[in-house]
Amino acid sequence: MGQTLFDKIWDAHVVSSNEGFPDILYIDTHFIHEVTSPQAFDGLRDRGLPVFRPKQTVATADHNVPTWDQHLPIKEELSRYQVDMLTKNCAEFGIELYGLGHPYQGIVHVIGPELGITRPGCTYVCGDSHTSTHGAFGAIAFGIGTSQVEQVMATQCLLQQRPKRMKIEVNGQLQKGVGAKDIILYIISKISAAGGTGYFVEYAGDTIRSLSMEGRMTICNMSIEMGARGGLIAPDQTTIDYVKGREFAPKGEEWDKAVAYWQTLYSDADAQFDSELYFDAADIEPMITYGTNPGMGIGITQHVPETASFEAKEQGSYAKALNYMGLHDDESLIGKPIDYVFIGSCTNSRIEDLREVAAFVKGKHKADNVTVWVVPGSKQVQIQAIEEGLDKIFEAAGFPLREPGCSACLGMNEDKIPAGKYCVSTSNRNFEGRQGPNSRTLLASPLTAAAAAITGKVTDIRSFLQQEELVS
Amino acid sequence: MHEQRKAMATKIFKHLQTSVVPLPIENIDTDQIIPARFLKATTREGFGNNLFRDWRFDENDNPKEDFVLNHPTYSGKILVAGKNFGCGSSREHAAWAISDYGFDVVVSSFFADIFKGNALNNGLLPIQVSDEFLKNLFEAVFSDAHAEVEVDLENQFIKIVSTGEQESFEINPYKKACLINGYDDIDYILSKKALVEEFEKQTP
Repeated sequence: MGQTLFDKIWDAHVVSSNEGFPDILYIDTHFIHEVTSPQAFDGLRDRGLPVFRPKQTVATADHNVPTWDQHLPIKEELSRYQVDMLTKNCAEFGIELYGLGHPYQGIVHVIGPELGITRPGCTYVCGDSHTSTHGAFGAIAFGIGTSQVEQVMATQCLLQQRPKRMKIEVNGQLQKGVGAKDIILYIISKISAAGGTGYFVEYAGDTIRSLSMEGRMTICNMSIEMGARGGLIAPDQTTIDYVKGREFAPKGEEWDKAVAYWQTLYSDADAQFDSELYFDAADIEPMITYGTNPGMGIGITQHVPETASFEAKEQGSYAKALNYMGLHDDESLIGKPIDYVFIGSCTNSRIEDLREVAAFVKGKHKADNVTVWVVPGSKQVQIQAIEEGLDKIFEAAGFPLREPGCSACLGMNEDKIPAGKYCVSTSNRNFEGRQGPNSRTLLASPLTAAAAAITGKVTDIRSFLQQEELVS
Repeated sequence: MHEQRKAMATKIFKHLQTSVVPLPIENIDTDQIIPARFLKATTREGFGNNLFRDWRFDENDNPKEDFVLNHPTYSGKILVAGKNFGCGSSREHAAWAISDYGFDVVVSSFFADIFKGNALNNGLLPIQVSDEFLKNLFEAVFSDAHAEVEVDLENQFIKIVSTGEQESFEINPYKKACLINGYDDIDYILSKKALVEEFEKQTP
């Protein structure tokens, strides 16, 4: 019987497999950042252990960093302490750090791919659930807790039970104005925030194949939002073209050998999955969330579901979520005034996202009632955006390009959405208080977020695109 | 280096009988358990003070009377919550906060993967029960706040003491041994270090 892509990569990384024990899985690269690593370093010190393979460990500062005046010392004391601690720990344990001021600094899941560290067929972990992003390259990548960060530091391995395998196929032509973010929000809305728990997902189908690497990263990034530990997409020419020539990508003969291996990385035709789901791309509208978990999403023309449509035992939680969001049964979101727009996060802060937003907002200006933050995913994205003149377009539209970091996705720095305010956000989570205490998040694609910035209201991007077509 | 290191025992768990704290909400994510702004600490201690921070305290840090942790009637070392508990972020701080507050067990009809692993790595036992058992457990505690629950890890069962209703639960046998004996994953992998080095030699 054939094997799934997931199993091929997993099997190639099993150091030891014993009945009744989880597998010992070898980790090719361990990404670390300032928030989930300090206690792990302390653990190593307590045990008197070194980092086993420091050269396979890559560090950056992203969660806590300010996105304005990054050259100045971090104002917030605890954030500064945590970032300084990372610098100290990396120096002590011999780990390369792409810290503040370094040309490679940025959100950990943006810099791995753009530096050519993320490659097909490898295993990646990080103390961050959106590590699933790296699966876009046909890799096994997933988030871990701090005890496991310590484990990987100490052994370059992880004790891990093999998950079940799920295949999600999306086929067909996407509507205009609908992109990767809408695809993944649509899938999560169909299978719920727990629908993928216990699984590793392989995304397949011609719609997925047609996406750029940036789009594929957006899809894999949000695998965790349906509960799946990770998601992956078989590598193809798009993947190879993206990796080629990047800083740490293999070169010369090594490159040829690598590509030959990558071309063996696909699920065999007769591979068995534990679950298979199929979606039609034509059914997907621009998506928006209305609730307090990423599964609570609707097509932008649809109405908020009625409480009575849920099972009795779920109605309490549902009513609580609508109350938090200040929304009611059967409400249409189109036309709803909003206060903030956040374009950024490991889901949507890559150069392609910024280009798409810039192309749309060029010659337009944001609505007066809206504050807009555009936060690039990395220093390299920021510099590229400036080189392409995107910063000028953003500035003319009323939203200056900021500096890289996780920013308002989780509000660990100053970029917090105030209580009660609505933010159309390209990030990945709409949990209560995620973007600041009592903030209200509406997750959407970069285009839908940009449209909201211009009109000051939740807007169907397709109506804009139609008008622009009529004019041109 | 290997010879000098200290073995690290995790918290040991075998058996417990206590009253419970009911939180009948579904999809409780780790941002509710411990909001991101409290993740700036660099040690494992003290997170219990901010457990369920924004449900527990208002914007002026006054306790919200209607939240169960502030309710004088409910106490105990077992937290009982709705399905898909611990979804969202991989922050182990969520498990630390629950444990630091004083809970040894979390019961739900469904757990998010990463949370479950983090809990087990910290001697906090996540017990997945059926929807029916969860419903009956909530009913038992809402009719008598002092209703006790017995958890037996060795024999893998959970029991509502007043009604005698009991259900067995699943746990990976390795993880069970870790909890009962205080074993630690790192010690286990280090005992296989020769295999790891062998693997590295064979893999380009």
